[in-house]
Amino acid sequence: MSLEITLFVIFALAAAVSAVMVVTRSNPVIAALFLVVNFGSLAGLFLTLHAQFIAVTEIIVYAGAIMVLFLFVIMLIKPENEQKFLAVNKKIKLTAVFLAALILVQIAYIILFANPSARLNPDLNASVQAGTIESIGTLIFTKYILPFEAAGYLLLAATIGALVLAKKKFE
Amino acid sequence: MTIPIEYYLILSGFMFLTGVVGVLTRRNAIVVFMSIELMLNSADLTFVAFSSYLGNSIGQVFVFFVMTVAAAEAAVGLAIIIAVFRNKKTVNIDEINILKW
Amino acid sequence: MGILELAIITIVKILIVLTLVLLTVAYLVYFERKISAWIQNRIGPNRVGYLGLLQPFADVLKLLLKEDIVPTVSNHPLHALAPMIALFVAFSTYAVIPMGPTITLFGWQIPLAVADINMGILYVLAITSLGVYAITFAGWSSGSKYSLLGGIRSSAQMISYEISMGFSVGGVVLLASSLRPIAIVEAQSGLMWNAFIQPIGFITFLVAAFAETNRLPFDLPEAEPELVGGYHTEYSSMKFAAFFLAEYANMIISSALIVTLYLGGWQIPFIERLNLPVGLTVALQVGAFCFKLAVLLFFFIWVRWSIPRFRYDQLMSLGWKVMFPLSLLNIIWVAILIMVFKI
Repeated sequence: MSLEITLFVIFALAAAVSAVMVVTRSNPVIAALFLVVNFGSLAGLFLTLHAQFIAVTEIIVYAGAIMVLFLFVIMLIKPENEQKFLAVNKKIKLTAVFLAALILVQIAYIILFANPSARLNPDLNASVQAGTIESIGTLIFTKYILPFEAAGYLLLAATIGALVLAKKKFE
Repeated sequence: MTIPIEYYLILSGFMFLTGVVGVLTRRNAIVVFMSIELMLNSADLTFVAFSSYLGNSIGQVFVFFVMTVAAAEAAVGLAIIIAVFRNKKTVNIDEINILKW
Repeated sequence: MGILELAIITIVKILIVLTLVLLTVAYLVYFERKISAWIQNRIGPNRVGYLGLLQPFADVLKLLLKEDIVPTVSNHPLHALAPMIALFVAFSTYAVIPMGPTITLFGWQIPLAVADINMGILYVLAITSLGVYAITFAGWSSGSKYSLLGGIRSSAQMISYEISMGFSVGGVVLLASSLRPIAIVEAQSGLMWNAFIQPIGFITFLVAAFAETNRLPFDLPEAEPELVGGYHTEYSSMKFAAFFLAEYANMIISSALIVTLYLGGWQIPFIERLNLPVGLTVALQVGAFCFKLAVLLFFFIWVRWSIPRFRYDQLMSLGWKVMFPLSLLNIIWVAILIMVFKI
């Protein structure tokens, strides 16, 4: 087994297991911890895809900022634990899981039926080049400058909105 | 590039559906939010996989924008949760059902 | 260089760096006690060995032999996980810090950093941004109100100061037009040190480094008079020692980062004019790196024993209303330097 396949298997298993854990743990802090693990393994998967910049940004933005915010809110409001995943509404939840599994099978069938690998001819050099910060930066600041500015405005609006919403009394 | 892209796509589908199940079954608003992040991330994985196999950065630029939107969404969403919690003393979405207070 | 040779060289480098860091941490604690004693007109440790030089080993032995007490109400797995995260974050950041120029040994080109990756600075930012989890989880899992308060304080403090830290690094990256630490050091040849070119960025980074390492005057997460011990109130024995170790290791990594980003790294200005032999030059340059590191570590200790602690609201308003705008100003300054003065 080559190094690439080994890394893929490890990270993919970690991502899948931690995703399930996020949904099934009754304690929100533990769920948040598993979500961080999930982001970490996703960053590893991005590295196997040669997307260095996105892998590092994933850690900085998601694990380093967004999840800390989540933990901060969880600790501030201390929500009581929910009951165990299957303790209440067992039938409805099992139905949801069953339906999700059914859709997954459908998606997997469609993906395998469409057979994208036959139409792609991946090129290692092009893929490494696509993941560098230079090529992403060039695209962001030339072709996609308008969406970039729009994203900036979106963040500004979100900051103001969050301030207004979370403030105790707004005079 | 020895791994077929299908594996990445199926993993992404699995994570997305896990997120969907989380949104549908969990009652804690914060966990529902986390499940949404999970779904966004599975979409990111698909984008990056295709971008890498096509050898073109546009997918990764798009992931960058998804991250911006996710950050904005998390900030506003958590602010809403705090505001709701201040009024109702709960974040259980079954009890937040009167659309006013 | 084949993959096997690369692996062997890397493992040797990792072992050397790890040993050096652990030894430095041990003696940093000793020097902290000695310097604090000097500042407060005391004698400090002087019983174990000559001038108390064996004191660190006595401390380690004492901590190892203590009973490990875990509170009943704590969340046990997380309680054990938190110090591990702290140590992981503290040690994995050393991977990209260059301690000297690339040397040629046995016909191999060996950069004097464990990993010479071209996203080095972003890697450091990513790993340090994970450091907040150690403190937050430690605070939450202990099941004690003091710990929880320390954890909440630290999560707010560390995200706030990470922003000004990131923006100050932005100025450095703009000037060097690279994210590789070695390239950043090489861009600061002569007296073009970033500390002189962009003093505002240097100051904001320094302040943010103090806040990120939870050192006085920003040690709110563990403020003893108000929170007993903050996030590590409920820790004892080696778990406490792990936090202690991580704090000092973080101090070293912050100093090493400041040296790399702002003080010219291993470079000695104009050493190439002396025409020294190559081996001597490299040795002097590594020595220069260690000297700069030592000066900064002394500065960290000096500040701790001279300045009182900030109040929490003062800390927040300093972070958001002073440091963040200043770091933005620094980016504008660097942009002016590049566009107008063509540096």
